[in-house]
Amino acid sequence: MTSDSWTNPFRLSARTWTRVDFTELQSPQYKAGMKWVFARRQCMHCLHPACVSACPVGAFRKTDEGPVVYDAQKCIGCRYCMVSCPFGVPGFEWDKGLLAQPLIKKCKMCVDRLGAGMEPACVKHCPPRATIFGERDELLATAKERIAANPDTYINHIYGENEVGGTSMLYLSSVPFEQIGFPKLGSEAVTVNTEAVMEKTLPFAAAWTVILAATYGVVKFRERTNPQGEEKNQ
Amino acid sequence: MNSENKTSSPTISFSWTILIILMVAGFLTTVARFIWGIGSISNLNDSYPWGLWISFDLLCGIALAAGAFTTAGGVYILGFDKFKPLLRPAILTGFLGYLLAILALGVDLGRPERIWHLIIYWNPHSVMFEVGWCVMLYTTILALEFLPMPLERFGLKKPLSIIHKFTIPIVIVGVVLSTLHQSSLGSLFLIVVNRLHPLWHSKLLPLFFFLTAVAVGPAVVVVEAYLSSRIFKRHFELDLLSRIVKVIPMLLGLYLVLRFGDLVIAGKLRTLFTGSLLTLLFWIEILIGVVAPIYLFSKASVRENQTSLVKTSLLVIIGVVLNRFNVSLIAIARPDGATYFPHLLEFCISFGVIAGGIFVFWLAARFLPIWEVSDDASKV
Repeated sequence: MTSDSWTNPFRLSARTWTRVDFTELQSPQYKAGMKWVFARRQCMHCLHPACVSACPVGAFRKTDEGPVVYDAQKCIGCRYCMVSCPFGVPGFEWDKGLLAQPLIKKCKMCVDRLGAGMEPACVKHCPPRATIFGERDELLATAKERIAANPDTYINHIYGENEVGGTSMLYLSSVPFEQIGFPKLGSEAVTVNTEAVMEKTLPFAAAWTVILAATYGVVKFRERTNPQGEEKNQ
Repeated sequence: MNSENKTSSPTISFSWTILIILMVAGFLTTVARFIWGIGSISNLNDSYPWGLWISFDLLCGIALAAGAFTTAGGVYILGFDKFKPLLRPAILTGFLGYLLAILALGVDLGRPERIWHLIIYWNPHSVMFEVGWCVMLYTTILALEFLPMPLERFGLKKPLSIIHKFTIPIVIVGVVLSTLHQSSLGSLFLIVVNRLHPLWHSKLLPLFFFLTAVAVGPAVVVVEAYLSSRIFKRHFELDLLSRIVKVIPMLLGLYLVLRFGDLVIAGKLRTLFTGSLLTLLFWIEILIGVVAPIYLFSKASVRENQTSLVKTSLLVIIGVVLNRFNVSLIAIARPDGATYFPHLLEFCISFGVIAGGIFVFWLAARFLPIWEVSDDASKV
């Protein structure tokens, strides 16, 4: 989750839960041949989060209010959430030993502030209100209004409306999202294939057990009825 | 394992020195990891949360341990009694493989002291949940399959007869758990939809992992038998070993057809000829690890010659190792441009674990009846 830009720190991490990407775009159509595009990145709080689906001990949870939250008491540190996240968001505390108890860290959309009836801190403190907070339906409607009213300012793409089945963070941009380091993603949740496999696992195991037991039975039966048939081919 | 020297004692002491150095280095690195954190001994980072230990110790280790369940299934379920002399070394290799993978996992997990959370906190949607349970249960099964060796050694007849009564159910449960486990290691990467290269990402990943694990099983049995014959000056069972590898061309042939059929159906054929480094890796993996062994092992002259049998088995192993590294590490894109090459101390952990495995195998071979053919099948 970085771009080859001047941005510092290098990427999101356990210590950096949000970060503004600086992307320098070059094109003759821009004044001075270049322009800067800034985009604040953090956890996308997916509607079908890979981390929630992937975590073996269910440490991640998608709350009704939107935030994807993490239960530090459950985590075993396998880091499958980091492998599965399509946005590369969760960070691990690499510098902590056994006694310091390393954990996964990421943006939690200030779930505690939301519980107290407040906005997330990033929304509260953004002077030009580049980040706003609200119901997802209403935000999508606002985004569509803005695109319709300013077709020269915004491209016609709300990032997060459909990406990986939709996210709770929504973006408007003046340039295509690929140009500013947003991954190009399909509209299918990334959890579809793994969850389909997991649903079939127990029935498969049961059927396989029966097949193996039956095979054993048939082989034994043949051996008993035909004790001379010693020679078998692999 | 280099026993070129005629006088065997200096060779052995040289090997032992290496083994002990590797084990001590691995142990000290582990201590450092628990004091200062994973970052202090590895090049793992937020873009590469999994590295050498997952790709090699876990994914390769478990795949190469597959010889245990395939041999047990072949002997007890399919009734190929003649392969029984190969069974105990295969079980021991598999058991050690799993124990060593768990050991490496103890280093790789951020919170190994919480591994028991897998038992009380369930997430049945998670492939890692299945992987965790399979590791726990199948290691137990392998322990039960291994138990007759120490029991026989110490002449404990009663527990031995109890275990023998349950041989068949134990073997069947072991095959089922192995099937789930080998395939679930492939399923892990289904979720990496947008970053795993299209030549490796496929809905058939679980089947591919299972098929290649079954195919590599006999190859590992061959190489293990070869090393044992060199180290312990034992007879190399060429007759039996040349027969078990006959199954490899069939399995790898099916795998090859499915792998390419899948690429055709998914419309990914053009990706095969893009000339990128990953495409090259794909072709190396397929030609060296799949096509060459299919061709070589379908020839009796290759199977029945000790040198070519061992060398071709090594090709199968290299192919599977390369496949696991490609799927879990190399072919996963990191859009932020981060790079990773294992730290020297990461190798210390992996080599230390292997050295430990060789040491325990040596102990078992020295003190346990691992090359004796038990007569338990006739008793069930």
